[in-house]
Amino acid sequence: MPDGMNINYDGLIPNNVDLNADLRVRKALETWHPGYIDWWKDMGPEGFQESLVYLRTAIGVDPKGWAKFDYVKMPEYKWGILLAPAVEGRTIPFGKHKGEPAWQEVPGEYRAMLRRLITVQGDTEPASVEQQRHLGATAPSLYDLRNLFQVNVEEGRHLWAMVYLLHKYFGNDGREEAEELLARRSGHKDTPRMLGAFNEATPDWLSFFMFTFFTDRDGKMQLEALAQSGFDPLSRTCRFMLTEEAHHMFVGDSGVQRVVERTVEAMKAAGITDPNDIAAVRALGVIDLPTIQKKMNLHFSLTLDLFGNEISTNAANAFNAGIKGRYREDKLEDDHSLIDATYPVLRYVDGKFVEEPVPALSALNLRLRNDYVQDCNSGVTRWNRVIEKAGYDFRLALPHVAFNRAIGEFSSIHTDIAGNVLSDAEWQARKGEFLPDDADAQYITSLMVPVTENGKYAGWIAAPKVGIDNKPGDFEYVQIVQ
Amino acid sequence: MNAVSKQHLIDPEICIRCNTCEATCPIGAITHDANNYVVDASICNFCMDCVSPCPTGSIDNWFVVNQPFSLEDQFSWLELPPKPAEIATSTDALDDEAAALLDDAHKTVGHVPAPASAAKPRINLFNRANPAVAKVTGNLRLTAEHTETDVRHIILDFGTVAFPVLEGQSIGVVPPGLATNGTPHAMRLYSIASPRDGERPNTNNLSLTVKRVENGIASNWLCDLKLGETVQVIGPFGATFLMPDDQDADILMICTGTGAAPFRGFTERRRRTAPHARGKLHLYFGARTPEELPYFGPLQRLPKTLLTQELVYSRLPGAQKEYVQDRMRAKGPEIAALLQSETLHVYMCGLKGLETGAEAAFTDIAAAHGMDWAGLRERLRSTGRYHVETY
Repeated sequence: MPDGMNINYDGLIPNNVDLNADLRVRKALETWHPGYIDWWKDMGPEGFQESLVYLRTAIGVDPKGWAKFDYVKMPEYKWGILLAPAVEGRTIPFGKHKGEPAWQEVPGEYRAMLRRLITVQGDTEPASVEQQRHLGATAPSLYDLRNLFQVNVEEGRHLWAMVYLLHKYFGNDGREEAEELLARRSGHKDTPRMLGAFNEATPDWLSFFMFTFFTDRDGKMQLEALAQSGFDPLSRTCRFMLTEEAHHMFVGDSGVQRVVERTVEAMKAAGITDPNDIAAVRALGVIDLPTIQKKMNLHFSLTLDLFGNEISTNAANAFNAGIKGRYREDKLEDDHSLIDATYPVLRYVDGKFVEEPVPALSALNLRLRNDYVQDCNSGVTRWNRVIEKAGYDFRLALPHVAFNRAIGEFSSIHTDIAGNVLSDAEWQARKGEFLPDDADAQYITSLMVPVTENGKYAGWIAAPKVGIDNKPGDFEYVQIVQ
Repeated sequence: MNAVSKQHLIDPEICIRCNTCEATCPIGAITHDANNYVVDASICNFCMDCVSPCPTGSIDNWFVVNQPFSLEDQFSWLELPPKPAEIATSTDALDDEAAALLDDAHKTVGHVPAPASAAKPRINLFNRANPAVAKVTGNLRLTAEHTETDVRHIILDFGTVAFPVLEGQSIGVVPPGLATNGTPHAMRLYSIASPRDGERPNTNNLSLTVKRVENGIASNWLCDLKLGETVQVIGPFGATFLMPDDQDADILMICTGTGAAPFRGFTERRRRTAPHARGKLHLYFGARTPEELPYFGPLQRLPKTLLTQELVYSRLPGAQKEYVQDRMRAKGPEIAALLQSETLHVYMCGLKGLETGAEAAFTDIAAAHGMDWAGLRERLRSTGRYHVETY
């Protein structure tokens, strides 16, 4: 039995980190637990705390039996601490310590950097739960309601994962950070969450699907990069979190796809040939493709900001230190130190876009962002297949990376979605063409009527092709108790 | 090997390219191009490691084919090709030996789909080459000492190994040693007698109901197991004889002897999760005498609101021989009422003779109440509500 495959279910906190043998950390987590439950009840899904939800609970780290499905009341969900099995003899895979044994304790010189990375990652997890807490009231089906709650409880578990690292490896500082994670609030004027996109509202279900597709995918990229870390407990934590994160990708990816499916299906049935005839399409009670495109423009551009500045010394330091790697570092074939390498960075210089080679170490944020854009494109391609299959020549596309940016190389310019630079006046006049405006928001909000009958779906979204856990179409995913 | 082969395929319409399957596969059978994630039929050994972590369900497609689809075929797909019509081969197991045993146990009813609301079973997680090791933590005689029937309740604990099962599934065991012809013994299948979450909630164990058969190699080996000994377990198997996960479902369970095993699991599952469910459980259970009826004691403690019991004895001193089908006929109006319910699920488990008798009883009861049993049976069967496992 490899180390770390033993799951302990006794006690308050299921874990495979032998919490019973570590009284200090166990005590710290048990002290943190009531505050977490209070936070969940205050800021978790509103109105469904007593309902029975058909949820997946991670119960192990062996793929054969890693999760089970059953009805659970969300506040009673088992938020455990699960790390992927240790890889024997693992070495630091990149940076200046490449080849040295992976760290099992925090190296003193990187303590502050690691604490910061773990805290930022940890802060995003409760933030998205807070952003999504009102969505239950307008779920288009019990299936979607269940998926929302699955995402929420797993974000909660990911918070636990980060809090465990803080308590276990960062002493008093870690404990304070863990408390702070429960104190900040998404969108709060005085105590907001740490990153911009996590303070935006998620007002409707299309926003939720876009958020899980675009913003949770940033989370996936960050986790992939941290899963490479030379700090082994962080690497193992993130590797296991990725297994759960795949479901969040699925919710966004398939959610948007089902919206597109329903739209083209309704258009076809009504004989509409012009996808840009927004009024005609909206008369059918579905979301027109141009508005879906606008939502994409918004969420894609907000999420790109999360990658930070294209050229970043912090990113270089974290890589050089062996703390944060590149996307699938283990699959890349180079020297994994990048001392002499360069990487092309798209910049806006003297009125035009140019690619300039910069030291690859400094460009790691951009590199991760480029991998992200490619990953997003594979989803957009699938959505377009649905449109193509229905016989329409409309195509969805990601906007230019310079569009609507607040951080990095393009934060001082305005562009349209093709990347043509606009003056301030042009931007003000035209931004409604690219981003959802009040009228779009009002229309989408008007569609957000809850559907709670087994197997029924709101008129603006198609049913999924397969149920969760292969359940039949009319399965009662949530037994609602108000 | 079968003349045709089973092939594991990924549905490109549902897959979101999250790479989880490729990262999980321990033997590199899954790969991808810019278009699709695909499974190499020449490498995949049906270990099923990829199935549970897949967030979409796209991974869970199994075709029976004459000629496996190549990687190039799969890369080119925008959707799965039409499923070949001939899928009557058991989907209960991807292991030829276990599949043959289950096909035989189900052969009188042919391929029946699982109940629509059944939880999704995991099958074939462990095979002969890579069995799960379980420790014997219980072995007690269920039948009275003075009777000649020795039926045992055997508890196998899996420790930290995940061995997820559902009520109604079976496990395979192979007795140690070699058969007289010098080859390993054949696999035996035993129905699991406990619910999915173990003998007690959240224990990682399961139980079997095993009858000692004179000169039986496997049964004597199992019945003689001492506490602490280990057993190599294969499976789990069975994807159709499963319990509906629907609280409105009425479940009619007909069995003799150790055929009660799956129904102990069904009953305990319902008792733990929905003791006041609208649907009820109905048990027709035949044995020679109360002393030889497995689980006689525990059955007495179950409330009528959960389970109605018709315990039937064929060798009760001083009484006429009575068989399960006799009691069914005596309870004709009650059974007829159940047969008219859209929520009824019928299960039979025991010796082959049980089915013949019960079928005859159903035919008579249906006719007496103006119903056509053949048509009704087919409707139940095709909707996953009529299951038979006999041996």
